[in-house]
Amino acid sequence: MTFWERNQLKLAPFLFLAPAVGLFLIFVIYPIADSIWVSFHEWSGVNRYAVDDEGNLKNFKWVGLDNYIYLFTNDDEFYVSVFNNIKWFFFSLIAIPFGILLALFLNQQILGIRWVKSFFYFPFVINAVVIGIVFTWFYNPKYGSLTYLLGFFGMEPFPILSDENYATYGIIVASLFPGIAYTMIIYITGLTAVSKDMIEAGRIDGASGFTMFWNIILPQLRPATLIAVVVTIVGALRSFDLIAVMTGGGPWGSTNVLAYKMYEDSLFNFRMGYGASTAVILFILMDIYIAWFLYRLFKRESTEK
Amino acid sequence: MFPTPIQKYSIPVNILYRVALIVTLFIWLMPLIAVMLTSIRTYDDILAGNYWGWPKDIAAIENYSAIFEDGRMARYFLNSMIITLPTVFGTLLLSSMAGFSLAMHRFKLNILLFCMFIAGNFVPFQILMIPVRGLTVDLGIYNTYYGLIIFHIAFQTGFCTFFLRNFIKELPFELIEAARADGATEWMIYRKIILPLIVPALAALGVLEFTFIWNDYFWALILSQGDGVKPVTVGLDNMRGQWVANYNLISAGSVIAALPPVIMFFLMQRHFINGLTFGAVKG
Repeated sequence: MTFWERNQLKLAPFLFLAPAVGLFLIFVIYPIADSIWVSFHEWSGVNRYAVDDEGNLKNFKWVGLDNYIYLFTNDDEFYVSVFNNIKWFFFSLIAIPFGILLALFLNQQILGIRWVKSFFYFPFVINAVVIGIVFTWFYNPKYGSLTYLLGFFGMEPFPILSDENYATYGIIVASLFPGIAYTMIIYITGLTAVSKDMIEAGRIDGASGFTMFWNIILPQLRPATLIAVVVTIVGALRSFDLIAVMTGGGPWGSTNVLAYKMYEDSLFNFRMGYGASTAVILFILMDIYIAWFLYRLFKRESTEK
Repeated sequence: MFPTPIQKYSIPVNILYRVALIVTLFIWLMPLIAVMLTSIRTYDDILAGNYWGWPKDIAAIENYSAIFEDGRMARYFLNSMIITLPTVFGTLLLSSMAGFSLAMHRFKLNILLFCMFIAGNFVPFQILMIPVRGLTVDLGIYNTYYGLIIFHIAFQTGFCTFFLRNFIKELPFELIEAARADGATEWMIYRKIILPLIVPALAALGVLEFTFIWNDYFWALILSQGDGVKPVTVGLDNMRGQWVANYNLISAGSVIAALPPVIMFFLMQRHFINGLTFGAVKG
């Protein structure tokens, strides 16, 4: 027996995993640690390792918790962003009931339904730049169809995206377009797995319509709901593309979220350390959420066995 | 089946349902229909204020050739292809190997590595932004196809490994044991047994990843500069500034930018749905 044959089972995992784990460590895990490190420094983004005569880093200065302190005590935009993130978090969940409703509406077997369904899925595969462009027109006070729509009800044109108080909601609505498509796909598949026997049993017990849905169907859709909630919330906390395309954080920073603020602070105001501290806050928020999700996942795996 | 099959209702209800279906679909797709119509409008039509009606004259050929005239849109489109295809291939290769190992090999760290890949999916991009940009600059791959491709592969491998590990875990372990008893090497098991069995999963992931990478906007913004490697998402956003009020051109550009994932979706619809809803059914 050669060395390879004897030790294959021990070595194989290492060899099979090395490329994936290696890349993942370099481009995902290490950057997380590095961002946290950067967040304790003041740095404009140029020549990080440059040293002065005494051998100290001259462009990359340790400032301890200063970035965080400034963020929490001196930066109103930070609170605007957090508050907007909270709006995104809650309002994007609207996609879930809408997704269920549409899924129920489409869950019929008639000629051509497969095509109808795939047209409903459409918005999900279209990129955020296109969605953003479309909705920016839709809201355009001069000739957007929203203006026509409001005019139809005798209302004045309303420039949503240039109104500090409503712009964020305008963007969230745009995000619901692909968002609802996604949750609907999840629920349509979920509905195919609902037990026919239980529906029959429910019918015999006299359940129908909403009682049937609430007591028999919805509990069976729990795995679908878990996935739908996860993807919706992760998507909401990640929201960046639509904001960049539709308002660029404006008017007056009112549509900023942590993700966008961080991008602007780092790359346009050259405050890398400060931007990194914002990213760390976003990361922590997301982490709390990851922990909850993993906990749920493993509880499920352990009950299976 | 829930709701009650429509066939059990009267004929008027059936007709009503079908009408409602078409009306809802029309309203749902209205934004996209508007873009498609505007992409074949003349500029005069837009100046006259006809934004949402049927185009007076069809200018499809003029508009679509206009957006390709100065060559930038074609460049962006090509860039997107050059970035997306190798990324999808690389991701599937790396994650199928990793997924195979995590599913079929017992070793310390197995669960830890699995958790790492899962957790990686939830990381906000912004916490990676500064260091990844720095890394690509240091490695000399900033503003190159390689920078975007390598980063995308690294990041997407997390999701795909998670997906494939679970898929492979469902395969009968006896298959592997039998092959090992016959003296097959681990590589042969991966190549000859696992890969053929996970083709449906790879197809599902492939379509999904194609869409994700094609639609990427953030990383293209961070890791590219100038027109050389910029994909069509960022390119379209830039062109929007140049075309200003030429909504017909912006629309035509949008249609072009959205087309490949849409075509992919229609060709591989079943796989696409399987990929997206993985886990949504299994309790």
